[in-house]
Amino acid sequence: MADYSWPEADRRALIGSRPARLDGPVKSTGFAKYPSDQNPSGLLAAKILTCPHAHARIVGIDTSAAEAMPGVRVVHVIQGEGAEIQWAGDEVAAVAAVTEEVARDAVRAIRVDYEVLPHFVTEENRDGAPDARAAGERAEGDPDAAFAAAHRTVERTLGMPQMAHMCLEPHGQVCSWDGDELEVHASTQAVSTLAGQFATELGVPASQVRIRTEYMGGGFGSKFSPDRWGIVGAELARKAGAPVKLFLERDQEVTVAGSRPSAFARIRAAADEQGRLVAWDSDSWGSGGLPGTGQTPLPYVFSRLPNRRLRHTSVPTNLAGSRAWRAPNHPQACFLTMAVLDDLADELGLDPIDFLDRNLDLTGRADTYREQLAIAGEMASWKERWQPRGRTREGAVHRGLGVSVHTWGGRGHSSNCDVTVHPDGAVEARIGSQDIGTGTRTIVAQVLAETFGLELHEVRVSLGDNVYPQSGPSGGSSTVGGVTASTRRAAQDALREVLVHVAPRLGAEPEQLVAGGGRVFVDGDASRGMSWREAAAQIGGAPISVQGRNPGPGRLISSGVGGVQIAEVEVDVETGVVRVERMIAVQDCGLVINRRLAESQVYGGLIMGVGYALYEEWIPDPVSGRLLNADMEFYKLAGLVDVGSLEVHMMTGPGYDERGVIGLGEPPVISPGAAISNAVANAIGVRVPYLPLTPDRVLDALAGRGGPA
Amino acid sequence: MTDDAKRSGLSRRSFLCSGAAGALSGGLAAGLLPGDAAGAAAVTDAEAPDTVGPGPVEIELEVNGATRRLAVEPRVTLLDGLRDRLDVTGPKRVCDRGTCGACTVLEDGRPIYACSRLMIESAGRSITTVEGLGSPDAMHDVQQAFVENDAQQCGYCTPGFVVATAALLARHPAPSEQEIEAGLGGNLCRCGTYKGIRAVVEGAGGGGVSGG
Repeated sequence: MADYSWPEADRRALIGSRPARLDGPVKSTGFAKYPSDQNPSGLLAAKILTCPHAHARIVGIDTSAAEAMPGVRVVHVIQGEGAEIQWAGDEVAAVAAVTEEVARDAVRAIRVDYEVLPHFVTEENRDGAPDARAAGERAEGDPDAAFAAAHRTVERTLGMPQMAHMCLEPHGQVCSWDGDELEVHASTQAVSTLAGQFATELGVPASQVRIRTEYMGGGFGSKFSPDRWGIVGAELARKAGAPVKLFLERDQEVTVAGSRPSAFARIRAAADEQGRLVAWDSDSWGSGGLPGTGQTPLPYVFSRLPNRRLRHTSVPTNLAGSRAWRAPNHPQACFLTMAVLDDLADELGLDPIDFLDRNLDLTGRADTYREQLAIAGEMASWKERWQPRGRTREGAVHRGLGVSVHTWGGRGHSSNCDVTVHPDGAVEARIGSQDIGTGTRTIVAQVLAETFGLELHEVRVSLGDNVYPQSGPSGGSSTVGGVTASTRRAAQDALREVLVHVAPRLGAEPEQLVAGGGRVFVDGDASRGMSWREAAAQIGGAPISVQGRNPGPGRLISSGVGGVQIAEVEVDVETGVVRVERMIAVQDCGLVINRRLAESQVYGGLIMGVGYALYEEWIPDPVSGRLLNADMEFYKLAGLVDVGSLEVHMMTGPGYDERGVIGLGEPPVISPGAAISNAVANAIGVRVPYLPLTPDRVLDALAGRGGPA
Repeated sequence: MTDDAKRSGLSRRSFLCSGAAGALSGGLAAGLLPGDAAGAAAVTDAEAPDTVGPGPVEIELEVNGATRRLAVEPRVTLLDGLRDRLDVTGPKRVCDRGTCGACTVLEDGRPIYACSRLMIESAGRSITTVEGLGSPDAMHDVQQAFVENDAQQCGYCTPGFVVATAALLARHPAPSEQEIEAGLGGNLCRCGTYKGIRAVVEGAGGGGVSGG
């Protein structure tokens, strides 16, 4: 069987280098056409009427006024009389009209009568939850005996609320029918799987559904499905006989199109006199809206902690169901665990890095974390600058350092890639993947160009279309491994076919030949070679086309990474305002394809992390059941000046590169909440038990007033 | 009365009396064409309670150097007019509420939120969107610097950031921290590209990046 592998370090021209992303110019000039930018001829605009009540039954719906409005083409009832609505913002009806303004008028003209039913939206107080249900209890070892024998124990109640994905391009699509063939320009993370889902709902064969996503404006785990508005958009287009653009308005986007589940827990943790963790007891709960939510992985990272008991309660609420949010469950588990361990270190009188280090054998990758803690500590001058809690202040401003560790899998997903070599030397890859902003287009091109010894601009990559070979949805940091492995296998096979044709001309065996620097030549004797163009001409009149797959043979990818982050903050104890001064991230992800893009992923994770640590939360109104901040004024993202100085250290080279490619999108967003919370505790001397670390919560903690629940 | 209102011959009060939504700050009459489709009288007398709309009003404005004529209802924002009527889709609709800056365009050289402007307010004015600054083959220095510093991921906030950055650097070639905050604090990114954007701005002083 043919060998599939990455080139050795001294033979890499592009892999591991820092080329700029290939779609940078079209994006920075506004020439990139996103799904929401598609304006086909005859386009209609669609708007959705949503339910204003968190729980209600529709007792009547009258669309006649809307239907009579000039410019209205189709009025479509999504949920009619008798339907029970379970969250505010759920879709009731939709209108397609000649302009957005007319569609909005028409939506407003639809009259719906509701029987309003009782609702529940505030899960942090689970005692008041009508439908809370036990969702698992397990124990290992003898926690009661271990707590009784322990040297120090801490008990904390901590939590973080639901928050939004807040994709800047809202969810939605442009649907066009040509007979019974449907084309959808969708803002999606799942080009190859969407067609089947549309087809099932619409009663057409999947082979007649085309999905196109050349560019898309962010997903973060919320854009894997056609969603109801996708199906409705296609129905509207079918009924109207015209293309229909349906993208959610911002309030709808925030309310129904993606949230991260909340997580709360009362946790006890204990250590012995040597500062070794000996017992854990957590009683957790949380909500992902109507479906409730499962147990987060506690205790996080230190999963071999002996003597532990876990209980979990799922708390359904009358809010739209949560979606996978970048590194599902991990940021929550990380905050709950690392905050308690940090408090325990303080109780033991230990430097938290020292405390973590003493317990690394309870993790799955002690050596990695030890190395990363040392590097991160060095970058932060931790040994010189860290002081026990509450000792670093200048007037009202207190400073603090906090640390956290995290882990992720990141194995490459199922992927197929067609690589074609044309007789004129043109090389292209076609892959049913999507570039959601991570740089997929660029890394596929790097692998392709590297394999054929060409420059990046000499190869062509086509993606974002389900006519190309199936490649998995972009989620869970699975894309980089999947697409680079399938592309490399296809490219290596295609090159080998070319070399079979070239070898006789060079009087060599195909196995002796290599491609590099725009040439094909005998390995070790560059004078015996020819240009790539000349080499390609040897294949005859027809192109060579090969499909590569993942999973497949050869060690191209693996999974399992560790990361360490350190946060440095300033807290004004008079105003309660927290400022992140500096974030340090040390991260491994195996073989890095593109250093620049990899670092961008980590910077992005840190910045998103500052957002949920300090600002971001869904605020449901217990009275109306609606979100109070379904906008961008009061649902606050971190801005350019809010994120402090960011420093990233990627673990690469021997010991990391040979693991192959591992995903990176999720890991860097996991630790910031914990690291920043720990830095605040270090600064002010008490734990602020709740994220985000808003001024009121900081002041409450300083005044010794409560936490959640 | 503001200069703008004087120029348009329409007072703020009379505009609001007309029942059209929103506040006036642009030169309405300057770009209004006589005999528009809805039959609204050309606005010439500040004393008369003239009205425009609610039907479409014919206007003329310059977009990326080209003169564009169209009829829009007064309630249509500049952003929606650009995107939906003129197919100028560089400016993005994200918050639609003057918070995120993804719709930032230059109006007569000044950065504005296109979502918070009625298109008729821009009548007679010159609008430059991100597409008007440069093209993939002939990028503006700021666009080039965004590429080189990887100041973009999904790219949906990028058009607004590029325009705001160009405007900032045009006024302050080597901006202070306060000037950066004032110039770019009104733009938001979700992927987390601020490190690259900051490198664009801070590299501008000596890096050959210029605004305008």
